[in-house]
Amino acid sequence: MTPTVTRAGELPDGDPYDVTVIGGGVVGTAIARELAKYPLRTALVEASDDIGNGTSKANTAILHTGFDAVPGSLEAGLVREGQRLLAEYAAGTGIPVERVGALLVAWDDEQRAVLPALLAKAERNGYHAARLLDADELYDREPRLGPGALGALEVPDESVICPWTTPLAYATQAVLAGVHLHLDCRVLHIDTGPDTHTLTTSRGPLRTRYLVNAAGLYADEIDRHLGHDTFTVTPRRGQLMVFDKLARDLVRHILLPVPTSAGKGVLVAPTVFGNVLLGPTSEDLGDKSDTASTADGLHFLREKGRRILPELLDEEVTAVYAGLRAATGQEDYRIQDHPDQRYVTVGGIRSTGLTASLAIGAHVTGLLTRTGLELGTARELPGITMPNLGEASPRPYLRADLIDRDPAYGTIVCHCERVTLGEIRDALNATVPARSLDGLRRRTRARGGRCQGFSCGPAVRALFEEARP
Amino acid sequence: MTRDERTVDVLIVGAGPAGLGAGAELAASGAGRVEILERELDAGGVPRHCRHGGFGRRPRGGETGDEYARRCVAAAVRAGATLRTGVTVTGWAENAPADGAHTLEITGPAGLERITARAVVLATGARERPRSARLVPGGRPSGVYTTGELQQAVHLYRQPVGTRAVVIGNEAVGHAAADTLRTAGAEVVAMVTDQPPSPAAALLRPRGRFPLLTRATVTGLTGRTALTGVTLRHEDGRTTTLRCDTVVFTGDFVPDHELARRAGLTLDRGTRGPAYDAEYRTSLPGVFAVGNLLHAVEKARVASAEGRAAAAPVLRHLAGGPPPAPRPVALAVDAPLLWIAPNRTGPAGARPLRGRFVLRTARRLERPVLVVSQDGRELDRQRLLLPAVPGRAFHLGAGWLGRVDPRGSTVRITAV
Ligand SMILES: Cc1cc2nc3c(=O)[nH]c(=O)nc-3n(C[C@H](O)[C@H](O)[C@H](O)COP(=O)(O)OP(=O)(O)OC[C@H]3O[C@@H](n4cnc5c(N)ncnc54)[C@H](O)[C@@H]3O)c2cc1C
Ligand SMILES: Cc1cc2nc3c(=O)[nH]c(=O)nc-3n(C[C@H](O)[C@H](O)[C@H](O)COP(=O)(O)OP(=O)(O)OC[C@H]3O[C@@H](n4cnc5c(N)ncnc54)[C@H](O)[C@@H]3O)c2cc1C
Repeated sequence: MTPTVTRAGELPDGDPYDVTVIGGGVVGTAIARELAKYPLRTALVEASDDIGNGTSKANTAILHTGFDAVPGSLEAGLVREGQRLLAEYAAGTGIPVERVGALLVAWDDEQRAVLPALLAKAERNGYHAARLLDADELYDREPRLGPGALGALEVPDESVICPWTTPLAYATQAVLAGVHLHLDCRVLHIDTGPDTHTLTTSRGPLRTRYLVNAAGLYADEIDRHLGHDTFTVTPRRGQLMVFDKLARDLVRHILLPVPTSAGKGVLVAPTVFGNVLLGPTSEDLGDKSDTASTADGLHFLREKGRRILPELLDEEVTAVYAGLRAATGQEDYRIQDHPDQRYVTVGGIRSTGLTASLAIGAHVTGLLTRTGLELGTARELPGITMPNLGEASPRPYLRADLIDRDPAYGTIVCHCERVTLGEIRDALNATVPARSLDGLRRRTRARGGRCQGFSCGPAVRALFEEARP
Repeated sequence: MTRDERTVDVLIVGAGPAGLGAGAELAASGAGRVEILERELDAGGVPRHCRHGGFGRRPRGGETGDEYARRCVAAAVRAGATLRTGVTVTGWAENAPADGAHTLEITGPAGLERITARAVVLATGARERPRSARLVPGGRPSGVYTTGELQQAVHLYRQPVGTRAVVIGNEAVGHAAADTLRTAGAEVVAMVTDQPPSPAAALLRPRGRFPLLTRATVTGLTGRTALTGVTLRHEDGRTTTLRCDTVVFTGDFVPDHELARRAGLTLDRGTRGPAYDAEYRTSLPGVFAVGNLLHAVEKARVASAEGRAAAAPVLRHLAGGPPPAPRPVALAVDAPLLWIAPNRTGPAGARPLRGRFVLRTARRLERPVLVVSQDGRELDRQRLLLPAVPGRAFHLGAGWLGRVDPRGSTVRITAV
């Protein structure tokens, strides 16, 4: 079967799709991957030119245990289940994950007083490996921590994961199993008939029997097309700073703030790429596309970072970015089936969607059957191995076996990130290929390093332009 | 995982003017096997993509950067150095040999290598700080460059750039960026600097065909996917937006010190390069450093001269010469001075290149007096004949080096 990934022209006509998923974020791709297990005609439609291009590309990339979720909520269950599923999936497909553990650091008496309650909450969430550390143990674990910390809650299973490879793996597997991926395909309008929905998209009409709304920040708008007005998404911006890889040795764990009435706060965390993250901010906005950073935001982060890890501030900043959480004014996910409409809404996946994605995929597929979809017999999905972007296992430039077979893996193009010609070529020819320089960066890290293109920018662009059809 | 293992006498990392200068001189003076490794496919370093004059011996006009680069390459090869391009030094082997040699790990299309050298010369150069490192907020549109990327795009790859450009920074490299933009057919809308206007610079340099906005701080970039403008705050608090589709951040240089740091070399707080003495010794015996890695950024011919000057101490090291001072004394500057290079004392009698130290300042100083002192004791006092200005080197004679107390603490240089 030739994989179907389209980006231009009319959508295939003929029989309606059995299921269409709107939104190619980590949630939508996870749902499409789950559906791909069944003998269904499934489409995944995405408004932008790539999957994982919305909130999913700009988060803190933590694979949460869910120790601090609201016990008994849908989110708590799906995060816990999702963490287990994704950790296992990552190990099988080569998605980089590092189990570095988290420390919730208490900086004053009020925060220290909260730690035992957090420990109890973790237990209620079925997480039993957390424990309290006193100041000495804390500084033993994290010697570069700023002065004045009083203690911490240790959560040894919190991990960092690659946020870009994850939806890419889902989409790749889904497409290999026959799901049609339509990019640059924005859903503009929806007509719901007795048996089918007709979606008016920026690339023409698309008919489908069942519909899943995984449109992230726009899930409320899609919902309104179907006559539901139960929630409104208010984007909550999180600005983040990425510090140079040379800062990586400064920190060993994910350093989480103790949540207080003032919100979740700012963390310092390693990334699987070997950088250090500082962030995010938390700002309610009116504009669903405002992913700009601000002077105030960056100043705020620097002040927070100075307290947590003073030496971090001396290091070079590699990148600054912002993501938007899909806040809905309610703590929990807004996942809802509408049996009379053969429709499922997947809204309000605010700040844990990466972790929960696989569990959401299974949960939503279950809800679809409640609305009448017959899944048929599940089959094995094609096995995949994703290109390794992580530093914890050898990247291609360190692999004599690969270079022996193909010298392109020994030809480094992007020097800061040590991305080879072979990897760039692979990303441009992959099942779900890079269609933009940013897409190429998310698949290879090319141009994403400390020089931001000073050395390799034009060379990478030239390779990209050459490969364009 | 197999690696090809070899031994050489001197391994030089980076084939820019500095590394090539060191290679040429070392090979010519019989250092044995001298190998220069360059990660780019073409050797020559940054000058490769500088298509303006101002290189080589004649300061104005004359040789262009690419011509100069070719001449440096030819000289090194003619002298007998082995030059290998398209190979990257990726790090230091964990188990260094016991005899004081160093082992580096290398990736190239022919496979992985591990090369052991009796002396290593780091010549990895410097880069310009990109927008992100300068913490300029706003969206993340395309059309944002450093001079290095711009010059490569235009001169090496013939890629289109935009039509209306703003250049941030008015040092020489900013003007080189403006020239490159005009070559590419873009209009330079303005050049922006947070510095006050400099009367002398305006007289010395032919005026650009664009306004120079002084005392203006870049406060953000506008545009989500494509750049639409650069916002500025002027000294009087006014804010403006310059409409443009291209912006070039120039001149804020930072050494490419990854290998230096991975080796655990002591860095200098001011230059951010490895701390080094007048013999280009770093804190790790057998590891030398030259060129812009030490002090971003000097003229290419300075980098080249440093490379050549490092040959003698490297040869002394290979011959097992006397070890450097057991406890080098650090040199440091007080604000508004930014750095001094070299920045530690070395073996007795060692003098820096041309008998003088190089310094930089953060703001303009009219004919300052530079005071050198150690533990409250004044070692020297020198008046500069010209103003010291940001972005340009000025110098301090090294005559006082002999008066430094080797057991004393940091030597401080203050501008009064
Ligand atoms: C700052 C920050 C930090 C976070 N940290 C973490 C973390 O550490 N761990 C974790 O697990 N989670 C984290 N998250 C949460 C996680 O990133 C999100 O929950 C997740 O990315 C949501 O995925 P999604 O698929 O729902 O949304 P998105 O990724 O936004 O995908 C929705 C997609 O729908 C498309 N779309 C919208 N409208 C239409 C339309 N009309 N037609 C077609 N397509 C449409 C969009 O283009 C978009 O690609 C964080 C989030 C933020 C903002
Ligand atoms: C945009 C720009 C314009 C300039 N214009 C002028 C001018 O007009 N006149 C002038 O005199 N000077 C100019 N300069 C300064 C001049 O280019 C530098 O002084 C000179 O290039 C410094 O030489 P270098 O050898 O120290 O470093 P570089 O020229 O930077 O060379 C360093 C080399 O090391 C290589 N390298 C780095 N790491 C590794 C590794 N791990 N493995 C293998 N190889 C590695 C790099 O690829 C590079 O080729 C300019 C500089 C810039 C950035």
